[in-house]
Amino acid sequence: MSAAAAPAILSRRRVLAGSGALILSFSSLPPAAAQQNAQQQKGGKPAGATPQLPGDLKKSPLLDSWIRIDANGAITVFTGKAELGQGIKTALLQIAAEQLDVDLKQLTLITADTSRTPNEGFTAGSHSLQDSGTAIMNAAAQVRQILFAQAAQRAGVPAEQMKTDNAAVVAPNGQRFGYGELVSGDMLHVQAAPQSPLADPHAYRVMNHAIQRVDIPAKVTGVAAYVQDMRLPGMVHGRIVRPPSYGAKLASVDTAAVEKMPGVLKVVRDGNFLAVVAEREFFAIEAMRALAVAARWQETAKLPDAGNLAAVLTGLPSQDITVLDNQQQSAGGGKSLEATYTRPYLSHGSIGPSCAVAQLDNGALTVWTHTQGVYPDRDAIAEMLRMPKEQVRCIHVEGSGCYGHNGADDAAADAALLARALPGRPVRVQWMREQEHVWEPFGPAMVVKVKASLDAGGRIADWDYGVWSNTHSTRPGPAGALLAARDLASPFPQPPPKPIPMPEGGGDRNSIPLYQLPSARVIYHFLPAMPVRVSALRALGAHMNVFAIESFTDELAAAAGADPVAFRLKHLGDERAREVISTAADRFGWAARPRQTPGRPPGHGYGFAFARYKNLAAYCAVACEVEVERHTGRARMVRAVAAVDAGQVVNPDGLVNQIEGAILQSMSWTLFESVTFDATRITSIDWATYPALRFSAVPNAMEVHIIDRPGAPFLGAGEAGQGPSAAALGNAIADATGQRLRDLPLSRERIRAALGA
Amino acid sequence: MKLNVNGQPHDIDADPRTPLLYVLRGDLQLNAAKFGCGLGQCGACTVLVDGEATFSCVTPILALEGKGIVTLEGLGSNDHPAPIQRAFIAEQAAQCGYCIAGMMMRAQALLQKNPHAGDAEIRAALEPNLCRCGTHMRILRAVRRAAQMMQTAQAGEPQ
Amino acid sequence: MRALRYFFGVCLALALVVAIFVFVARRPAIAPIEPPAANSFAAAQVRRGAELAAIGDCDVCHTAAGSQTFAGGRAVPTPFGTIFSTNITPDRDTGIGRWSEAAFRRALREGVRRDGQYLYPAFPYDHFTLVSDDDDRALYAFLMTQPPVRATAPSNQLPFPLNIRLLLFGWNSLFLREGPDRANAGQGDPLKRGAYLTEGLGHCGACHTPRNFLGAEQTSKKFTGGEAEGWTAYALDGSSPAAVPWTAEALQHYLQHGFDAAHGVARGPMAEVAQDLRTANADDVRAIARYVAAQHGGAGAPAPATGQQVSAQAQRGKATAPNSADSQAEVLTEKPATNGATNEEGARLYTAACAGCHEGPRAAPYGGIDLALSSGITGPSARNLVNVVLYGLRAAEAARSPIMPGFAASLNDRQIVALAAYLRARFANKPAWSDIEKTVREARRAERAASTRPAPSEEAIPPPTQRTSSNETEDEKQ
Repeated sequence: MSAAAAPAILSRRRVLAGSGALILSFSSLPPAAAQQNAQQQKGGKPAGATPQLPGDLKKSPLLDSWIRIDANGAITVFTGKAELGQGIKTALLQIAAEQLDVDLKQLTLITADTSRTPNEGFTAGSHSLQDSGTAIMNAAAQVRQILFAQAAQRAGVPAEQMKTDNAAVVAPNGQRFGYGELVSGDMLHVQAAPQSPLADPHAYRVMNHAIQRVDIPAKVTGVAAYVQDMRLPGMVHGRIVRPPSYGAKLASVDTAAVEKMPGVLKVVRDGNFLAVVAEREFFAIEAMRALAVAARWQETAKLPDAGNLAAVLTGLPSQDITVLDNQQQSAGGGKSLEATYTRPYLSHGSIGPSCAVAQLDNGALTVWTHTQGVYPDRDAIAEMLRMPKEQVRCIHVEGSGCYGHNGADDAAADAALLARALPGRPVRVQWMREQEHVWEPFGPAMVVKVKASLDAGGRIADWDYGVWSNTHSTRPGPAGALLAARDLASPFPQPPPKPIPMPEGGGDRNSIPLYQLPSARVIYHFLPAMPVRVSALRALGAHMNVFAIESFTDELAAAAGADPVAFRLKHLGDERAREVISTAADRFGWAARPRQTPGRPPGHGYGFAFARYKNLAAYCAVACEVEVERHTGRARMVRAVAAVDAGQVVNPDGLVNQIEGAILQSMSWTLFESVTFDATRITSIDWATYPALRFSAVPNAMEVHIIDRPGAPFLGAGEAGQGPSAAALGNAIADATGQRLRDLPLSRERIRAALGA
Repeated sequence: MKLNVNGQPHDIDADPRTPLLYVLRGDLQLNAAKFGCGLGQCGACTVLVDGEATFSCVTPILALEGKGIVTLEGLGSNDHPAPIQRAFIAEQAAQCGYCIAGMMMRAQALLQKNPHAGDAEIRAALEPNLCRCGTHMRILRAVRRAAQMMQTAQAGEPQ
Repeated sequence: MRALRYFFGVCLALALVVAIFVFVARRPAIAPIEPPAANSFAAAQVRRGAELAAIGDCDVCHTAAGSQTFAGGRAVPTPFGTIFSTNITPDRDTGIGRWSEAAFRRALREGVRRDGQYLYPAFPYDHFTLVSDDDDRALYAFLMTQPPVRATAPSNQLPFPLNIRLLLFGWNSLFLREGPDRANAGQGDPLKRGAYLTEGLGHCGACHTPRNFLGAEQTSKKFTGGEAEGWTAYALDGSSPAAVPWTAEALQHYLQHGFDAAHGVARGPMAEVAQDLRTANADDVRAIARYVAAQHGGAGAPAPATGQQVSAQAQRGKATAPNSADSQAEVLTEKPATNGATNEEGARLYTAACAGCHEGPRAAPYGGIDLALSSGITGPSARNLVNVVLYGLRAAEAARSPIMPGFAASLNDRQIVALAAYLRARFANKPAWSDIEKTVREARRAERAASTRPAPSEEAIPPPTQRTSSNETEDEKQ
């Protein structure tokens, strides 16, 4: 097996003094190689001559990039992914504990840190288990195999006769070899093999069990758990005075009075970047307020008409990308339908505004950040500060949930600039509420236009779909992605936007229906011009595309006189898709739902929707019941039942938690949320002007049913619920009111207007 | 000025206009109360003042002399968690967890006054607090579980 | 013997009086009908009825929290006891499904149910009696086409003898002046139209006119200010406490959006009224605003805006901080109370807890109102101010709305009294309030739910002209 493979030559390795065991601080492929690898993968070809390695072993193929065992038996697991509140720490520990056959408590997990962990890019796209989980699972299994081989050699018996027990390999005669004793030298510093002797999924002790999350006890008892909670010796507090609007220029600012305020250490101005550092946090806030009043800005009125976004977006110049072109001579014969759906800009709206701590010490900069990508953020910050990358270290520390690209990277850049201005002092920067709401990159506004016709038998005969959207990623890498870098006196230009290619896609994510369509065309009208700052929001384009496709599917089902669930099943061959749909429908009691009064409570309606996230990750179906209050137009989800197939499950409760969260968060987007702006400024700047879900709108009941797939590949599920939840709500409201609403949010005003009440 | 936090008197050397949140986090190095909005709109900063749930981000300390302030740390610790903390762990009622400390304090205020609070009362009480991850179903379950634990504890108390 | 005979005589006489009273007071039932089919009403009539129902705020009282619209069951507290609103959905058994249009009109005009029983005047039939035949018909069409809901309201909680409905015959004889003025629903004349809507369906006087000991409006003191569910309903005549006189335009904006830049945000029961008026016919609301504004100019001279107030308004317009930055705003330092009274505690509380928002650069309704403009401070009692300080402005569910944190927990009675006294002295130019302590105690005792209605929602952010932070906005020079 792989233990026999020749160790790779190491360019950078260190042995930690005193531990006596091999420590690798950095053993990934060089980034260029990793990229090449990834590109080849996208091209569908295997990476070079070597066979495909599982998960992110492709990028970091050395076992000790992932698993390290000290002489004293301490076992450390490394991941380049970050805990965002999705429970990834616990899941990855479960995987490692299962495959190493040790207790979870015996493991230490190190997450995203440019000095210690592999480069796994961003923690995004529901990829963590697919990429990192798969890598750790295989690496751990292969490490265990190496330990078997070592112990067998020492005991003089065949490896097959050895067993593992409590972090030791046990010989048939009872002789025990602790894992720590077995590891020496470069033993784990070897290339992974394509195949691993994985634990039997039917005998899992740790995986597929609802292990309690390792991070929750600290979070519910006030132990420092977030970057916001960091207190380093000598730490000071920074606050930024952000411009009032996009592109505003700082015309003048008299800083003299602020510099004299109590506790103020420094006012930092560099071009349009304006900030203050003070000894204590409230001093910094007061100084920021005074500085904001002293600053004079020149603003430009250049935002589009928020009241007519559909026309604005479809009027922008577009690069048209053919996502699918399978147009055939249509059978036709039945009805044709056409509809336009829209989504506004949406805010990530983290409860905790973005925060970072940075310290410049002897020319080396350390940034503690809740970024989703420590390596790309490190690269961007290094470029912004014109420092060598090696001199900048980014360490992930948890923040408030981000749900995509929020202000995390920008706050890290802010802290880095202030740390450079006060060498030696750790500087903590936290944004204010309105800064988060105004300056985070929003989930892009989108427009979908779709046409379809039915054949005489009530099947979809042809399908023509177009989606208009900005890019769904303006993440760092280049310095110009960072707000502060664009504001400096020598600014870094904002990098030109690029569409994220299929099969994952950005604005076109999930734009291809999973349904069997004899004739279909899908066009992505990619819009390079970005009047409003945008980037990745959980599920990217899938929220809108699934909302549109699944709403329209219901419209077609109605035109065909078919039941929505039966209509979907009629167009689906994928057995796993069918099972998810049937499970959700059965558990919801779809067939027995009351169709009309009496029996159906007044104002109630029932909706169903389904999608496979990205058409390649988890399957999810959602059925829900809503009640609509006629006089106010208020719609409330009363009950929801979901079914999910995420392949092999690592933590069932974690999976349920993710789907529940996705349903509720998507419900909030779908019913309540929209970023507002006038010609110059963003005007949704807090929770009064950007209302979101509160407890009065929470459903009475929710169930999530998992379809178990032992041994199947992990299918990312973190964003799988977003689209189906939105569409199920829209369909239920249509069922309750008899009116189809196609513009998000499905607000009270819109529902009331549709009802003519 | 003097503040009583978690049963301990503290001499605080800060501008009396300072919102309590910054004194808790800065001077007293307590982590649980979080900055969320600074406007009393989200509840991440919720603590108890004389048993009532209070936004610490908009409450100047000058209003608090002589009052009893309790933060999440005052209810229990990682080693000795309070009922509400055990309930939130048992229900795994967190995703990112940033809002959870505030949720727990608001629930605690309700249950201290009414351990028999029903679902509607719990929802109404938690209305000022926002959760962005969508953990609401679990939070509700955890508060109901805590209520049961508190009722049981109360019933089992010697006369 | 004679005594006995006398006794019997008195009894007989009394019985006769009761019998005559019952004979006179008793009202006949109106025959039940089969619930009319929804399609028996013209769509235009139903739509018109919906607009009128919004003017009448029917859903406010006839919907209980968390239950179906118009299904009743909401507790309406009165000085005499608690009355529960009825189910006015067309449910056959528990609603008004079997009421004919004649029965419906009689209830509105005379306060009598279909079965002949009297209704309590918590239902403002003393106003609805003025509604025209056409409008009654439209309201009937609208209600009879709503989804029927099976729901029975709880029994009223009234002490003997107030629980005898027949006694309302007396009340009606004294206070009910039946309408309508059939000659004029005010069509074509906005002021008359406003009078028709305000006095009739809008029933503004139900809260804004003081009531006598029998709970009837004192017609001689019409619109001089009343009370509603623990809130002061301000005078709508010349004695209005508004610092900046109400204009028809300002009132219309206030009624439709729940706030006005120079007057602040509607709260308490008025928040619900504004919520309904958002959906009413705009011309009707304009007419009401015009008529009510005319009342303000009627009985007395409007309070002129003081220089201080005007400058306060202007000041908001010159603020320079980004409006995307209300917590970036400077907190102004405390100023002495204008009447020279020293109230250090109130001043300190105001500066630390209130000024950040109320002196910030952010425009109404999301920014705190300049307190010099607030009727809560210039008003006749501290009650509204105290309600808001204690309970704040709750977030309206799922809608843009101003949010203010309440201070019930963090401020004790002494501190709230000090704060209220300070605000009155500094911002009102009026005599100090008496016995604020009592007001605070009462406000704390009041049902919290009654005191913390969500403020009305504002779908659209105020247009740019409302924005007070102009901040050198200009087109970028090329």
